[in-house]
Amino acid sequence: MTEPILDLRGINKSFGPVHVLHDIDFTVQPGEVTALVGDNGAGKSTLVKCIAGIHPIDSGEVYFEGEQVHIHGPRDAAHLGIEVVYQDLALCDNLDIVQNMFLGRERGKAGLLDEADMEQAARKTLTSLSVRTVKSVRTQVASLSGGQRQTVAIAKAVLWNSKVVLLDEPTAALGVAQTRQVLDLVRRLAEQGLGVVLISHNMNDVFEVADRIACLYLGRMAAEVLTKDVTHGQVVELITAGRSGDLGIARPESATI
Amino acid sequence: MTNTTSETSSADTPPPAQGAISDFGIDTTSQSTGEAVRDYVARLRGGELGPLPALLGLVALLIVFSSLADTFFTLGNIANLLAQGASITIIAMGLVFVLLLGEIDLSAGTASGVCASVMALHLVKGGNLMGGMGDTVFYLFCALLALAAVLAALMRIWAGTALSAVALLISLIGVPANPWVEMLLAICVGTAIGCITGFLVAKVGIPSFVVTLALFLAWGGVVLQFIGQGGVLGLNNEVMFKVANGNLTTAGSWALFAIAVGGYAAVVLGRHFSRLRKGLVAPPTPLVLTKVAAVVVLGAVGTYLLTLNRSASSLVVITGVPYVVPIVLVLLVIGTFVLERTRYGRHVYAVGGNKEAANRAGINVAQIRMSVFVICSSAAAIGAIVYSSKVGSVDPNAGGGNTLLLSVGAAVIGGTSLFGGKGRLRDAVIGAAVLATINNGMGLLKQPAAVVFIVTGLVLLLAASVDALSRRRAAVAPR
Repeated sequence: MTEPILDLRGINKSFGPVHVLHDIDFTVQPGEVTALVGDNGAGKSTLVKCIAGIHPIDSGEVYFEGEQVHIHGPRDAAHLGIEVVYQDLALCDNLDIVQNMFLGRERGKAGLLDEADMEQAARKTLTSLSVRTVKSVRTQVASLSGGQRQTVAIAKAVLWNSKVVLLDEPTAALGVAQTRQVLDLVRRLAEQGLGVVLISHNMNDVFEVADRIACLYLGRMAAEVLTKDVTHGQVVELITAGRSGDLGIARPESATI
Repeated sequence: MTNTTSETSSADTPPPAQGAISDFGIDTTSQSTGEAVRDYVARLRGGELGPLPALLGLVALLIVFSSLADTFFTLGNIANLLAQGASITIIAMGLVFVLLLGEIDLSAGTASGVCASVMALHLVKGGNLMGGMGDTVFYLFCALLALAAVLAALMRIWAGTALSAVALLISLIGVPANPWVEMLLAICVGTAIGCITGFLVAKVGIPSFVVTLALFLAWGGVVLQFIGQGGVLGLNNEVMFKVANGNLTTAGSWALFAIAVGGYAAVVLGRHFSRLRKGLVAPPTPLVLTKVAAVVVLGAVGTYLLTLNRSASSLVVITGVPYVVPIVLVLLVIGTFVLERTRYGRHVYAVGGNKEAANRAGINVAQIRMSVFVICSSAAAIGAIVYSSKVGSVDPNAGGGNTLLLSVGAAVIGGTSLFGGKGRLRDAVIGAAVLATINNGMGLLKQPAAVVFIVTGLVLLLAASVDALSRRRAAVAPR
């Protein structure tokens, strides 16, 4: 097994009296898709936000490419090469694809914009992801379909030579064909050697693209397993009960928030 | 129509390092004219109207008025129309920045009145603002300027700090009266006002509607305090008078034409061909050439007409392009450049489009929100200089009345969205042209003020409806 690109050990996080994450161990391998599943309130989003530096962790260690790091804010995470694609996309409708992809990190000297450079870089990134569905990189985001918007959001994350991409329910609001597009894209990200974390409620999606599945149950890591070793039913049991046969937490009934 | 130019120029320069990029699916870089036209029509149907309704309205108005009023299309009246619309145009250009964020500045009108009255006071009292205002008021005035400088520094809007400090210095030192100093002072006071408004909106978090409504009233009171009930401050100064009433010489007019139109053509064509060369998305060449040619012809005709004698009496000769034209042009060019070619402008659009996305992208949203109010009030101050010059005096009603409403109206009629994120600076110019034409034409038709107000109001309502409907249309447009 290769060295994990991102390795979390014993992460704890509380919001006031609520202990949301209990000693979470979580690893992300380069070139693999790791699905992060769990019921509502299991702590998936909190874990992602801790990795992204939006929430500081209370205790625990974070290793990135084998070295211990301290992530104090979104900037630190971005600096390491960790990008998050949020559920609600975070795109500006009134800007075009290129403008959105470079938002906040525009290229150019002395406050001026280098449109040519940005357009070429954006197109190169989209090409490398084999995105063929957008008519022009100068199309306004407002006129794109949900799948295309998700694609742009993901491409935006890839543009920055990122090493880990966290996707928060990227297919939640999409139709069948568009889900297809996005899942293909997720696979391609992994093929390019990135570590991909996919949060999803949809078991079909998870089993289709994920190499490994990490299951959270009430803020605890119930199991981290290879997709090929488990069945649909086992994962559902892990999500709902925290235990399935030999897998899962020893005494899920004693687990409390 | 053939499209050979664009095809050859993109074909015989193989785009660098783009073996993969030519692979890029259906992405079209250079369109044919037909495609571009179809694309435009599709955008119109999708609700992206831009300034089209305003332009159509303007043409309709010109036709109606010139057929009804014989004097409408006389040279004197056209020049007059330009001078009448200039101050509204300038204030509206500032408002576009605020509207782009989906905010509103109701105080722009009376804030401009404050700038005008400070300017007039400084001129009339020979630079002794303290004598003009009275001790207490003067110290309060200086304290506010200092406060504005500090607030701008807090938000790291250094231009705001610098200009507020300049206003403070001019006031405290008592620089002797000089028209140029007065105009600088007016602009700096405008900047300071914007710093205060912007801070209240962006940092304290009061809705802009409430902040500027309160300030609208407050500044109106300040103007009254500065000038005194029933008082009038005359601007008896050659330079000050000429800002809105003077004209360029004939040679100067043609020089302006050469610089403005030549510069426009050079920038547009240079950019276009450089994009084609690099294999980037570009509109079809014939379309670009047509656009440039249209501007050249219109500019030449306009300049020629304005260099003819337009005096109504045979005793004096009035020729040349009015100074307000280059003033508006310069502001338009600078503002457009800032909005479309700089990082700051991009961030303004981003914050207007989706505040949350801008925030996550690392943009300092509060700073951007404050800065647009600074720009708006500074522009309002320039507008104040122009309208004061036009009238030749400043009275307690300066910037009150419908100054603000016409300015907001101009921006909205031109196609700036009240919902934020959509609009360009030229919208303000087109919209102001519509309003100035209505005012001027109705005046020539000897319509009572009542009718003029009602018509202006209805036109504004129409423009806002077009905005709202096209927005709804855009929201349901096929994804």
